[in-house]
Amino acid sequence: MGYERQPDFGTPEVSSATTVTLAIDGREVSVPLGTTVMRAAALSGGSIPKLCASDNLAQFGSCRLCLVEVDGMRGTPASCTTPVAEGMVVHTQTPRLQKLRKGVMELYISDHPLDCLTCSANNDCELQDQAAAVGLRDVRYGYSGESHLGLAADTSNPYFDFDPSKCIACSRCVRACDEVQGTFALTMDGRGFASQISAGQAGDDFMASDCVSCGACVQACPTATLQEKAVKEIGRPERSVITTCAYCGVGCTFRAEMRGEQVVRMVPWKDGKANHGHSCVKGRFAWGYANHQDRIRSPMIRETIDQPWREVSWDVALTFTADRLTAIKTQYGARALGGITSSRCTNEETFLVQKLVRAGFGSNNVDTCARVCHSPTGYGLKTTFGTSAGTQDFDSVDHSDVILVIGANPTDAHPVFASRMKRRLRADAKNGGAKLIVIDPRRIDLVLSPHVEAAYHLPLQPGTNVAVLTAMAHVIVTEGLTDEAFIRDRCDWDEYQDWARFVSDDRHSPEILEAVTRVSASDLRGAARLFATGGNGAIYYGLGVTEHSQGSSTVMAIANLAMATGNVGRPGVGVNPLRGQNNVQGACDMGSFPHELSGYRHISDDSARALFEADWQVALDPEPGLRIPNMLDAALDGSFRALYVQGEDILQSDPNTHHVAAGLKAMECVIVHDLFLNETADYAHVFLPGSTFLEKTGTFTNAERRIQMVRKVMEPANGPDGGGMEDWQVTQALANAMGLDWNYANSGEIMDEIARLTPSFAGVSHARLDQAGSLQWPVDAAHPDGSPIMHVDGFVRGPNDKRGGKFVVTDYVPTDEKTGPRYPLLLTTGRILSQYNVGAQTRRTQNTVWHGEDLLEMHPTDAENRGLGDGDWVRLASRTGETTLRLAVTDRVAAGVVYTTFHHPATQANVVTTEFSDWATNCPEYKVTAVQITASNGPTQWQESYASWSAKSRRTAVPADPAE
Amino acid sequence: MDIAQLHYMANQIARNLAANGDESAIAATAQHITDFWEPRMKAGLFASDRAALDPIARAAVERLAPSLPPDQGRQC
Repeated sequence: MGYERQPDFGTPEVSSATTVTLAIDGREVSVPLGTTVMRAAALSGGSIPKLCASDNLAQFGSCRLCLVEVDGMRGTPASCTTPVAEGMVVHTQTPRLQKLRKGVMELYISDHPLDCLTCSANNDCELQDQAAAVGLRDVRYGYSGESHLGLAADTSNPYFDFDPSKCIACSRCVRACDEVQGTFALTMDGRGFASQISAGQAGDDFMASDCVSCGACVQACPTATLQEKAVKEIGRPERSVITTCAYCGVGCTFRAEMRGEQVVRMVPWKDGKANHGHSCVKGRFAWGYANHQDRIRSPMIRETIDQPWREVSWDVALTFTADRLTAIKTQYGARALGGITSSRCTNEETFLVQKLVRAGFGSNNVDTCARVCHSPTGYGLKTTFGTSAGTQDFDSVDHSDVILVIGANPTDAHPVFASRMKRRLRADAKNGGAKLIVIDPRRIDLVLSPHVEAAYHLPLQPGTNVAVLTAMAHVIVTEGLTDEAFIRDRCDWDEYQDWARFVSDDRHSPEILEAVTRVSASDLRGAARLFATGGNGAIYYGLGVTEHSQGSSTVMAIANLAMATGNVGRPGVGVNPLRGQNNVQGACDMGSFPHELSGYRHISDDSARALFEADWQVALDPEPGLRIPNMLDAALDGSFRALYVQGEDILQSDPNTHHVAAGLKAMECVIVHDLFLNETADYAHVFLPGSTFLEKTGTFTNAERRIQMVRKVMEPANGPDGGGMEDWQVTQALANAMGLDWNYANSGEIMDEIARLTPSFAGVSHARLDQAGSLQWPVDAAHPDGSPIMHVDGFVRGPNDKRGGKFVVTDYVPTDEKTGPRYPLLLTTGRILSQYNVGAQTRRTQNTVWHGEDLLEMHPTDAENRGLGDGDWVRLASRTGETTLRLAVTDRVAAGVVYTTFHHPATQANVVTTEFSDWATNCPEYKVTAVQITASNGPTQWQESYASWSAKSRRTAVPADPAE
Repeated sequence: MDIAQLHYMANQIARNLAANGDESAIAATAQHITDFWEPRMKAGLFASDRAALDPIARAAVERLAPSLPPDQGRQC
């Protein structure tokens, strides 16, 4: 089938228990009450001409093209604003309508260029389609009058152009920016003939405006006014494939619109249940890294890390690697080997890497990047609720009345979900918007942005999450605001009483803890009361919760709060970890942690292990393996010597860079399997080139546990002469080089094995996903179609006892990272919208125009005390190390707190972060580092020596001239 | 393995569980180490100078390894 756009039904879907039947052009159609005539006509297979309507926007009624005739009604109502009624008889194509529509189109076209043949939207333009539909042949007004045809285009955005000469002033872009994205960056400036779309204020272009480049306006535009530059350069796509974005944990699905093996554009898929047709700048536009010149396309090896790399064939590389691994295993034992799975790779690939480590290497030394982000979620939610999973689907937010956001910055890190959340937060006369509580040291955008304002912002001192949540619990318990019926019905009452006694103690009152948390006691009381009494309360949290020495305690404190207020087990409530990377949930589900097999079964569980041993025909080590920080410690004492790292850059992403570097340097065989020579590869002996998400088939599991297909749209570019392999094929080839005899013909067979060995995935297969679109785990006998919301009839924990919810006493234990005279400020770290994680992908796209370097945010008072100004170079020093970067003076951060992002290797923010970590999981404490800031005039010695070392370690040997 | 680091980790676990009362904290600390520590970490902790540990962590170690084992876990 050739290329066609997704169907547009004109106005949004409505739900109603009542069905209405009407006749449209003689066809009988039944639709829910409240549906518009336009949508009903589209559903019945008809097509009413339209320009200003789109089914992801509220009806607007401005273009006057969708007029219809209705028996018994006067005039010609607009079908987009006319609701259906029982027995209605509608005519959509009559001579009278034809004449009216032709007149409307004639006016539009009189002020529109007639360059259709050379226009980039040729054959993909709604204006052109409607001109054809109404049979427009002539424009009686001529073209000599005043027009907008000469207006200059705004090409400031790197991904799309705005050409006002082609604009028909339908306002779809403005409404998409308002309703879908919630940024309100666009407006219709002027009136009548002077009406013009304007980004920001007069004088702004798209780049200078508040535009976040989500692409919603581009998608909404019916003409070539707002269009992707890539379409202009390449031409119209010829086919499309539905696939899943490889950036954050929202897991948006896209139509990859292709011309041959070239991506023309990624358009969010309207039927995607995670994103419902919306996108952000990363997924929509930042996929150019796949073809970046830095991409390594050939396997490479070297004897020692001071040598240049040698490009070799897959065979040579794999044999070299297998020989080294086998030699190390023979000499030092299986426990000297390990691997790291990637949350950026598919479930199938992740499962295979942990299988290679457990069954091939013979150790349980497998860990995943979730160690440094959401391992406390795994521990905390398993302890309290019984399983490591967010409780809700994203749609649940539509039913929330109070939204508590703690340690998360959704508009930057989970932008598409943030747009959903903002839509719920915007006051709506009919539905009443939800109230918002933000607990964050920094004034994130959600606290105050167009049409969204937090009822409470509690700007706590970094590191005091547990104290704040315990104080909230104190208020809720002592003021009698708990949901006792829920607790008696679903939780262990004795444990609850122990917990209630603990939090009720005076020392946990907001007034006493104010000295520690720096949160106003009255605000905290207000926030606690609002959460407990405001209706459906939902908690959303991110790495600001987990990346602390009390990360696991904070997760449990959140779970306690949800249980105490009865906010679990139905739409609109719940505990929602916002996962950082696309497949964090999946990587955890797949048995990537050293102590558990897929489906969260402990490695010491004999029956679980026996299942795998029988299937894999190998004996498994019953003892837990090393976690990433433990691997590095063990490397330094010589007992850990080989590491296979798939799709991870631990040197840049893990804390205390010096320590990571020393650990890697001590190893004899470091295998990096990635797209680029990342920072970790500086210490590698083997580089196995990876494949992008566009080059593979498999599944990702997003933050709402939704398993979705990733589909190959082009051949892997990671092998010479068409010898490219998907990442699971590379792992399989390495396993076979070690003599394991694996024979998966495709990634679907790996999923079949996962389903066979993992009860919560029992009902999952690629065929089933193709058919259903997506499934939310658990998908088992009890939930054959998946589980949008968990713990509906009782907590998963203790299935035989309905009262499975476990209250856990979480005592506030201050971190050992303390400020003092030498390091008086607290540094906390985070993300920004346009960049992703360590930036390996986004830095290799034009997203760098928004964030070309990491900046240090500092309060004006602190800056003034140090004589520092906006844009100054400063030295950021902690007890661990120091780096330099430029300063941004802002009151977003409180005095005493500084903030930066970690997207650029030149800054190396993790040179300063410490090795303190979560007590239960060793998740690093990225969010609290005591630092001092002083003036500086350039990069530190470490930055300079690192740059030179990095350049040296990335040399590739020049191949010798051929003999002849 | 760096013994000081292992001690720090064991003490940190104990500190976070201390609010449950000594007996419960000792049992939970011991269980945590059993469930999440790799054999060479356990061996290093059990063979180390226990006097350097906080009371709860020390009691948990005593419970897991009443006497110094001659063989510190399985050889790698």
